Formats: sequence, structure tokens, C-alpha cells
Amino acid sequence: MSTAGGPLLAATDLELSFGATPALRSASITVDAGELVAVMGPSGSGKSTLLHCLAGILVPEHGQVVFDAIRIDTLREAARSELRRSRFGFVFQFGQLVPELTAEENVALPLLLEGVRRHDALGRARGWFDRLDLGGLERRRSGELSGGEAQRVALARALVAGPDVVFADEPTGSLDTLAGEHVMELLVGAARDQGSAVVLVTHDARVAAYADREVIVRDGRTTSLLPAR
Amino acid sequence: MSVPLALLGLLEREPRHGYDLKRDYDAFFGRDKPLPFGQVYATLGRLARDGKVIAGEAEPGSGPDRKRYVITADGVSDLEAWLAEPVPAEPHLQTVLFVKVVLALLSGRSAETYLDTQRAAHMARMRELTELRRSSTLVDALLADHGLFHLEADLRWIDLTASRLDALAKEVQA
Repeated sequence: MSTAGGPLLAATDLELSFGATPALRSASITVDAGELVAVMGPSGSGKSTLLHCLAGILVPEHGQVVFDAIRIDTLREAARSELRRSRFGFVFQFGQLVPELTAEENVALPLLLEGVRRHDALGRARGWFDRLDLGGLERRRSGELSGGEAQRVALARALVAGPDVVFADEPTGSLDTLAGEHVMELLVGAARDQGSAVVLVTHDARVAAYADREVIVRDGRTTSLLPAR
Repeated sequence: MSVPLALLGLLEREPRHGYDLKRDYDAFFGRDKPLPFGQVYATLGRLARDGKVIAGEAEPGSGPDRKRYVITADGVSDLEAWLAEPVPAEPHLQTVLFVKVVLALLSGRSAETYLDTQRAAHMARMRELTELRRSSTLVDALLADHGLFHLEADLRWIDLTASRLDALAKEVQA
């Protein structure tokens, strides 16, 4: 899992601009294996851009991203894509389920892409439904699910392949308080059970309080705060 | 927290001995600050004097705690009035946080460092309360939620203040 003695995931001095607009000016972050880290900051501060760089979706112009002793910012897109599929899970603000597929097919998707046989993939996917309070919804399509249900299906999809890191970008942003808490309870419980690290982007302090610690992004720069005791 | 009215509220459910009443109070309201026995009996004494409760005859047995207290109609009426009355929605402008920020700006010290430290302390407490609510009964979770929402309100103020420090410094130092 983790490199000997070092963090599982480490980004150092990341810089990235979109046109003339700098999104990251000097962003650094480390995530240990199994750790839950909240990335907080105002809208437009660069926190989602940081998450995309950590996950190998975007490539920084300066700085480096190292995951499990692999420098991922210099990998080609195909290799990064393979890494995302095999080692990472993703949850976004709007579940982004594939509307043509049933809930269980959505959850099985990462396994199917990995080449797991359909029967086995669906079997493993179904195992997540009771765990995430989704029992009975296996055959529904995303249009037939409530916002909270759809987000829990997205959660199962992010976790089904046992990723080393789950990247969650405002996972409760489109949900009411109760549904949001339900999603966070399940995300934290399941990630801890299987030892997945979580990078949680949120502007909501109550959501961030589920994490072990937080990193603040302001104007593209990170500040880590040690909890005061 | 108004202890006399809280005790009246607990007594309204059923007549209680002072000791049981203290135990009820601590279980519901006294998590961080249990009610001292002395305060329980002093409060019950005043409530009895004012006709809000009646102390029963001392019952046989050892120890001082042998009286059973019963709420009166007057006590119930006070309780009802209090329960229906909104707590003043004070803006709490004179909090320690506000005073510290203004003093830091006045003296040219770093208000940003203070706010960052305060933010970390708030987040640490929010993590504790979040953990508590995850492992507790619904009643305890309700109390933790109350704390969490208040801390969140402070944090939003901290964030807003942090983003306005330059302008604030100019105004305070003018």
C-alpha cells in the first residue's frame, strides 16, 4: 500500500493555470494510507483543481505528484487512466451515474472495466447494496433514485474495487443535511473498514469534521493546520 | 441554562428525590458540568419557599436525601411560560473572538495567525463532536448537532473575517 515510511500520496509545490488565471500557485499535500483528509477553502480557491492533480486527471505545470512511489504527473494519459481505474475511486457532487445502466450495473462498472466477469462483478456489486442501505434498489435506473440513493450508489461504485484512495469532490453538495450525513457516515465507515484513504473536497465544515485533518486552500496555496489541543 | 426551571421540568414528569433529580439532570443536561448536590438542594429549597414545589415528609432511612419533591400548579405555570418564551436572538457581537481580532489589528499583531489557530481549535472540537454523534444515542447526537451548528457558524464568521482582514485593519487603525 504505502511506500516504506512515507505517505501514500504526496503532492509538492503544484502550480497550474487555466489561461491567464492561476488555479494553483503553490499547493502541497500528503495523504497517508487509510487517512481521511479534508481539503477545504472558498469557491474558486483551487481545491477541486488540487484534487484533479492528485488523482492524475489534470497534470500540473510545476511540482510533482507521487503515489505509492510512482511519479504520476509525468505518466502518459493511458497510464494515468489505468492507475485511476485500478487504484482510485471517485465520488462527485452529482452522482454521475450512467443513466442507461441499472444501479447494480453502475456499481459493477469499475470491476467490468478491470475485466472481471459480468456474473462475478454483479455479485460483488450487489454485496454493497445492503451495506449502503440500498437493499431492493439494485435494478433501478438513476432516474428512479432519490438524490441520496443515487449518491450512495455512486459511493458503492467508488468503493467496490477496494481502491487505495477515494477522491470525493463535494459528495454531499447536492443533498439535504440528513441525506448528506447518511452519505458521510457510510463513506467514512466503509473507507475505514477496507483501509481506503479518502481525499474529501468540501466547503462545509460539518462534512470536513468527519476527516482526520484538514488542509486549507486559499488562492491556490495550501495551509495545513495542526489541531490545537 | 436555567437550573431551577430545568429541575421543574424534570419534576413535572414525576415526583422525585433530590438525588434522583440530580441524576436526571446530569444525564440530560450536565454532560460537561454535573450539577453539585449543594446546588440541587439549595435550588429545591428556594423553589419550595416560592411555592413552586412541595417537599414531602422525610421518609425513614439513612442519609439526608429522604424527601420527595412534587411540582405545584404555580410551578407548572412558570415552566410552561418559560418553555414557550424564545431565547433572545442576540448577535453575540462582544465575543472573545471578536475582541481578540480587533485587539490584534489595533496592535499590529497577526490576526490571521490567531484566526487560523482558532479555526483549527474549532475544527478539532467539531471532529470530537462528530465522532461522539456517530457513536451515541439520538438524544446525545441531537446535543452534539447543536454544538456542531454553532461551531460552524463561528467558522463561517472566521472565514469571512479572514478574507476581510486588510480592509478591517485599515478601518480599525484609521
